[in-house]
Amino acid sequence: MLSAIGRASVDELYQHVPRSLRERARIELSNGLTEWTVYRRLASLAAQNVSAADWSIYLGGGIYHHFIPAAVDAIISRAEFSTSYTPYQPEVSQGTLQALFEYQTLICQLTGMEVSNAAVYDGASAAAEAVLMVRRIQPASRRRVLISRALHPQYRAVIATYLKNLVDIRLEEIPFDGTGATDLAVLNERLDDRSMCVLVGYPNFFGVIEDLAPVKSACDRVGAQMISVTTEALALALLKPPGEFAVDIAVGEGQSLGVPMSLGGPAFGFFACQKKFVRHMPGRLVGETVDSEGRRGFVLTLATREQHIRREKATSNICTSQTLCALAATVYMSLLGKSGIRRIAEINLARAHGANRQLIGQGNFSGVFSGPFFNEFVLRGENLVQRVSRCAEEKIMPGVRLEQWYPELRDGLLICVTEMNEREEIDRLVRTIAA
Amino acid sequence: MEFPEGLKYSKEHEWVLVEGNTATIGITEYAQEELGDIVYVELPEVGEKIVKDDPFGAVESVKAVSDVYAPVSGTVLEINDLLPDNPETINDDSYGDGWMIRVELSDMDDLKDLMDDEEYAEYVAQQKDEDEDEDDEEDEEEEEDKEDKEDKDK
Amino acid sequence: MNERKSTDLSEPSQPRQSLQIAGPKLLFESNSAGRSAVIWPAEAAQGGESIPTALLRDDIAGFPELGELEVLRHFTRLSQRNFAIESQFYPLGSCTMKYNPKINEVVARLPGFAQIHPLAGAEWLQGALALLYDLEKMLAEITGMEQVSLQPAAGAQGELTGLMLIRACLADRGDPRRKIIVPDTAHGTNPASSALCGYDVIQISSNARGVIDAAAVAKVMDPSVAAIMITNPNTLGLFETNIETIAEVVHRQGGMVYLDGANLNALMGIAKPGHMGVDVLHLNLHKTFSTPHGGGGPGAGPVAVNAPLRDYLPVPRIIKNAARFEIVEDAPKSVGRVRSYFGNFGVLVRAYSYILSLGGDGLAEASRMALLNANYIRKKLETSYQIAYDEPCMHECIFTDRFQHRNGVSTLDIAKRLLDYGYHPPTIYFPLVVSGALMIEPTETETPETLDGFIEAMRAIAEEAKSDPELVKQAPHSTTVRRLDEARAARKPMLRWESNTPSEDG
Repeated sequence: MLSAIGRASVDELYQHVPRSLRERARIELSNGLTEWTVYRRLASLAAQNVSAADWSIYLGGGIYHHFIPAAVDAIISRAEFSTSYTPYQPEVSQGTLQALFEYQTLICQLTGMEVSNAAVYDGASAAAEAVLMVRRIQPASRRRVLISRALHPQYRAVIATYLKNLVDIRLEEIPFDGTGATDLAVLNERLDDRSMCVLVGYPNFFGVIEDLAPVKSACDRVGAQMISVTTEALALALLKPPGEFAVDIAVGEGQSLGVPMSLGGPAFGFFACQKKFVRHMPGRLVGETVDSEGRRGFVLTLATREQHIRREKATSNICTSQTLCALAATVYMSLLGKSGIRRIAEINLARAHGANRQLIGQGNFSGVFSGPFFNEFVLRGENLVQRVSRCAEEKIMPGVRLEQWYPELRDGLLICVTEMNEREEIDRLVRTIAA
Repeated sequence: MEFPEGLKYSKEHEWVLVEGNTATIGITEYAQEELGDIVYVELPEVGEKIVKDDPFGAVESVKAVSDVYAPVSGTVLEINDLLPDNPETINDDSYGDGWMIRVELSDMDDLKDLMDDEEYAEYVAQQKDEDEDEDDEEDEEEEEDKEDKEDKDK
Repeated sequence: MNERKSTDLSEPSQPRQSLQIAGPKLLFESNSAGRSAVIWPAEAAQGGESIPTALLRDDIAGFPELGELEVLRHFTRLSQRNFAIESQFYPLGSCTMKYNPKINEVVARLPGFAQIHPLAGAEWLQGALALLYDLEKMLAEITGMEQVSLQPAAGAQGELTGLMLIRACLADRGDPRRKIIVPDTAHGTNPASSALCGYDVIQISSNARGVIDAAAVAKVMDPSVAAIMITNPNTLGLFETNIETIAEVVHRQGGMVYLDGANLNALMGIAKPGHMGVDVLHLNLHKTFSTPHGGGGPGAGPVAVNAPLRDYLPVPRIIKNAARFEIVEDAPKSVGRVRSYFGNFGVLVRAYSYILSLGGDGLAEASRMALLNANYIRKKLETSYQIAYDEPCMHECIFTDRFQHRNGVSTLDIAKRLLDYGYHPPTIYFPLVVSGALMIEPTETETPETLDGFIEAMRAIAEEAKSDPELVKQAPHSTTVRRLDEARAARKPMLRWESNTPSEDG
């Protein structure tokens, strides 16, 4: 090859790079390892982590341990899906494009919204992008963003980081009340004609299912937009979807739908809104069309919103997103189907409520919030630290301690129970922690 | 290519139909040809003020967005409600059904800077010539380069 | 059966009956009520009574009802309608479509990585934290920078993060600035990220040789400019030879230098950005570090910084205390969180496995071979296609459609015709400064035989452009669908399936 290009060595190809740079460029890392050595090295690191394969875990807080049918991985492992690029050449990407069209449809059906994009990075950035989108739609006189304190703390942090650079925005936190839901009295008090939008969790970080209807009325009263944020997407199989409350934008985390926990990523953020806002949406959109011979086909569309065309005026800077994870969710939802997704959600509901009653029944724990819940709830107990330690000895992770984000809930434990926690396991949890 | 008499034209390829104190504005046939299939049109709202030489809206094709510049200053009286659902009307009938906005002129002097149909036709011909000249120059250079290279390969 | 009627087909074209909806059905178009692939025994229903009826829904209207084999066939068939690295050569410029090693997939799926919860607590995640800590060090060494954050989920998010670091640092110095300098060859995410960060963008032009002059930067550099964003090698595949001088010009007036590291595949072992005067950069792990593109992600876009910006890096951070790893959630000067949890951990595991597999020398060899392959293609095609810049290229080369334009054949046509030859086209019409750009990046994982096959195809198309231009202009002829009507998709966006049976509507 070198002779074909008239060079004596590969070195010649970068002689034009300044010598002072070339001389110092050596990468001081150990030599490459064989495949089996790499495997052993990684396996030994993996063994030092507590996984749901070995321990009983009752951890939620935005990432959930759910059953993933074997067929999901079989599909997303196909190289035709995993090693292809963003579908800029639609004629040879109909697989990805049709799957994303189906994904968009499923999210619309799940959320009850009119249009969905092809996914963003995660629930947190989806929430941030939603606020940025509303900022494009609402007039400049409206720049106050009201966020429920019952919304996932990390999501609130990401939203704050994104918005910090836009000096016109003012973020305000609305407290929660004894039911565990956003305090409506305070919300109504703070809403005015300078309010841009309101964000509430559905369900919220405490697992509480908030009634979105009064929040929506409050927003309508002053002309603010409403954004619902769902961290446990499976809840939408049972709960009235955000679309039926006429929210403007519904976002959330899709990890529950067939994506492994994987220390919180990669998964995906879903983003759905009313059709009238479609040209303001961030992220990719897949649309249906026909080819020159009348065959149905799918393409990326409304690309003039995006960075590669609009550059600094784009609706977002997003380019690579989370497509393979959205595909996993599409396969998952197809496998479960209408009846299956309801069935799994009902099992979550049953087991969580059963565990809740058992734990409170033991007498050492009490419920903290009176609001209804799906598969997560907060209990308060004494000697929490010791109890949690005792569980660890039994290879049980009983819940997420809330102290780090809610100092007033120092003794609070956020417990999540899913279809992956068997009845006998739950009995064991109760015995170990509540004694 | 058409250049209707009775219209005025701007360097940014907008046309203006003046009737008394009002002006109807659109983009010319040359402009729509350069843009290709138009898929979306952004228009101002009725009552908005537009300022000469500033963009008042945008026209989108599949892969590009082009600002549309105000040839005159004024207040928007009417917008063409065909365009939101049928943006291709601009491609089909840029001087007729493809009109974009109607404004009340704030300064009749603005019209002095615009061209008439003959001047605009010449202007467009010049634009096309320049493009061709560039092509020709480049082609000549390449021919010379290619000859050099072919010699070397031998 | 839910038959989908085309209610939105207001175009006059009459598709032939036999070809209408000839492609695969949508999930929603073949239903049998009650089917599901997941069999789970019913349990005693409980808890439902605690939720007010007003907060409960009906069944999800339109959701698929399919058996497992039906679902598998559906998606398997769909997959067969995709090109991918493992079936076709995929020389997309600036995308680095190199082979995605299977060992990475195996280790990422280990339960100790795939089934771990981010809120389990540092004590129970020592293996994961060790991996993250180690990966940070590796990337710092490769780039010659001091410290890395693995939080951003993609290159664009890395850019936004990097700009936020600059903004925070300057604000801390009491010297907030308003503008970012962006070259005309920059990727669209550069100005988009700048705008998202609240900055105005000043565009500067590359010179006739395709690189930025320090003088051009000096002309626009002043105390109101926060930073310059520069890609090296740039999107023309050329090394920005003036980068050190440019960095001096910017630093002298108190600004900072951001490097878009998307093209790092050209630099490993050849030059380290940390030595070029760069203050912050991002990497694309789904490009240089072999993690799969997935049809559009997931990726990862870590940022790397030198000393001045360390304090502002996002949280959480991993620190080592004696032999134990800890998670730091609060750091006073940090810009805060940019993503939930720990970034795209599963992607990070794959990149880590890749770097272990190649080692320092292997990575350097990868860059060298990337350069060789790109220069080989360039030399072999420079008589058939016009080369955009007659300069030494690095890991990618750019041609134009100038020669073919004489017969009315455009870059788009050439790209579509390549599909008939079984190749994914190069990147087209980017960067914008090159008219009709065809950007080819073969990467190091391709054999000379593959490159020769591609070269032959490109030469054949150049011939066809002269002898039979219509053939090229009507391409593709042999793909599962012909050219798709993108104007129609944009005019009348149909972004979801909708049932036409009223009883089914939710």
